[in-house]
Amino acid sequence: MSETILRTAIRTVRPAPLSRPRLTPLLSGWRGLSRYLSPLLLVVLWQAACSAGLLSTRLVASPAQIIVTAWSLTRDGTLPVNLGVSLLRAASGLAIALTAGISLALISGLSRIGEDIVDAPLQIMRTLPVLALVPLFILWFGIGETPKILLVALGSTFPIYLNLHKGIRSIDPKLLEMARTLGLSHRQTIRDVILPGALPDLLTGVRFAVGISWLMLVVAEQVNADSGIGHMMMDAEDFLRTDIILVGLFVYGLLGLTSDQLVRTLEHVFLAWRPARREKGQPT
Amino acid sequence: MNAIPQSVPRQSDETRTQNAVTVQGLTRRFNGGPAVLDRLDLTIAPGEFVALLGRSGSGKSTLLRTLSGLDPVSEGHVSRPQDVAVVFQESRLLPWKRVWQNIILGQTGGNDGRARASAVLEEVGLGHRADAWPLTLSGGEAQRAALARALVREPAFLMLDEPFAALDALTRLKMQHLVAGLWTRHRCAVLLVTHDVDEALLLADRAVVLDSGRIRTDLPIPLDRPRRHADPRFEHLRSVLLESLGVHDD
Ligand SMILES: Nc1ncnc2c1ncn2[C@@H]1O[C@H](COP(=O)(O)OP(=O)(O)O)[C@@H](O)[C@H]1O
Ligand SMILES: [Mg+2]
Repeated sequence: MSETILRTAIRTVRPAPLSRPRLTPLLSGWRGLSRYLSPLLLVVLWQAACSAGLLSTRLVASPAQIIVTAWSLTRDGTLPVNLGVSLLRAASGLAIALTAGISLALISGLSRIGEDIVDAPLQIMRTLPVLALVPLFILWFGIGETPKILLVALGSTFPIYLNLHKGIRSIDPKLLEMARTLGLSHRQTIRDVILPGALPDLLTGVRFAVGISWLMLVVAEQVNADSGIGHMMMDAEDFLRTDIILVGLFVYGLLGLTSDQLVRTLEHVFLAWRPARREKGQPT
Repeated sequence: MNAIPQSVPRQSDETRTQNAVTVQGLTRRFNGGPAVLDRLDLTIAPGEFVALLGRSGSGKSTLLRTLSGLDPVSEGHVSRPQDVAVVFQESRLLPWKRVWQNIILGQTGGNDGRARASAVLEEVGLGHRADAWPLTLSGGEAQRAALARALVREPAFLMLDEPFAALDALTRLKMQHLVAGLWTRHRCAVLLVTHDVDEALLLADRAVVLDSGRIRTDLPIPLDRPRRHADPRFEHLRSVLLESLGVHDD
């Protein structure tokens, strides 16, 4: 836990010295660290409360205990195996969502007829809470991998579809006009103007989708599963092992953080043409 | 290269020899409203530089859009060369393509695209920015790139819709010099929409004023180039033009 805090602290601090003048690296380094000071303090307080017996370990395990448990779960293979299962489910679901979301958005974004056919049903369906489909999915698909992957896929299709569709529809009409005066064909216009112009929105959609896919996974794995991080946590509940539950929680948290960072990296690579945005929290 | 839009009829052989652009009886209304262009006639000779003036909302852009093939011709007749290029007030560069890629966008030139882009960028004084992203260009640089993108197509007819209106005065002066030089070398027919009387007098062979849907003033500018504001004939033409625009210059 504290290890990851340090690592993220170092990661955010490093770019600063490059972009700022001489004397400031120390200062901005301190600012970067200071952001993590209060969480660190909370962890220390938490440990102190547990050690002093103020907090019952039946309710909350101590940070030290969590680290020990995480280590032993890693050593005996429980954590890696369950993590692998969860990752595979999330990745499969996301892959389906990407394929479906992008295809549907292209159909409805690039043709009026396509929009009439595709958009209305999707707009209606997106108002349904996807999680309410869990009982139905279990009835339809049983308790194997299918309902879990489909739940992830369904939940994360919507943000991808909605954002990409919006991106395609909101391309600057002046650029489309320019494409016409330059004599670009329909295909060229789609390839050079519409798709690159909608890419920022697509990536925003993907970021939402990734977040939602973890949420879907948590529910799917806790409702019924015999493997996965969620299952590991539900199993621990039976034995009052709050340490295992908290390990699962942190793993979910880390997965969320990492995947979000991954999409941000993609944005950085693919949207290099956008003017550099100011670093958050740095005054100019 | 590019197919001419259906709405613009192919030019006939007889007009090609006389005029680059011929507009006859062009009428344009929006949604059955009053006519923005009302039986408008205009001709531009090959290689002629015409400045189009008129108060805001008089239909200058509408005429340009029709000439460029963006808007259909419903009433009247328009003939113009097949190879045209337009530069608008905003550069309209694709932000996700580097400057040189923007220049040769839609060109079927084979492998030498980069070289041709570099050459024309050099010509507008933007050679050093060939690899830049468009959003990092200044307003003047972006308009230079837009000019380069128009020139690389070697148009027989170049349309400019208030291309320097958003630039500061100093940059605008530089751009006017640039356009004058480019036109001397390329000798295409030019229609420059401007609200700047001096700009028209500095650059054009002829200034026309659009008012109530028609060309009301057609003023030849028989001055030698390069032109100077201090020239008394320049002063005279200036007051004539201002007069026809409804501004009285005392
Ligand atoms: N797409 C449009 N729909 C309706 N009215 C339009 C449209 N485009 C232009 N107009 C009208 O036509 C008139 C001329 O516009 P425009 O050609 O842009 O003027 P200018 O370029 O001379 O300032 C204006 O009154 C404007 O409101
Ligand atoms: Mg206009």
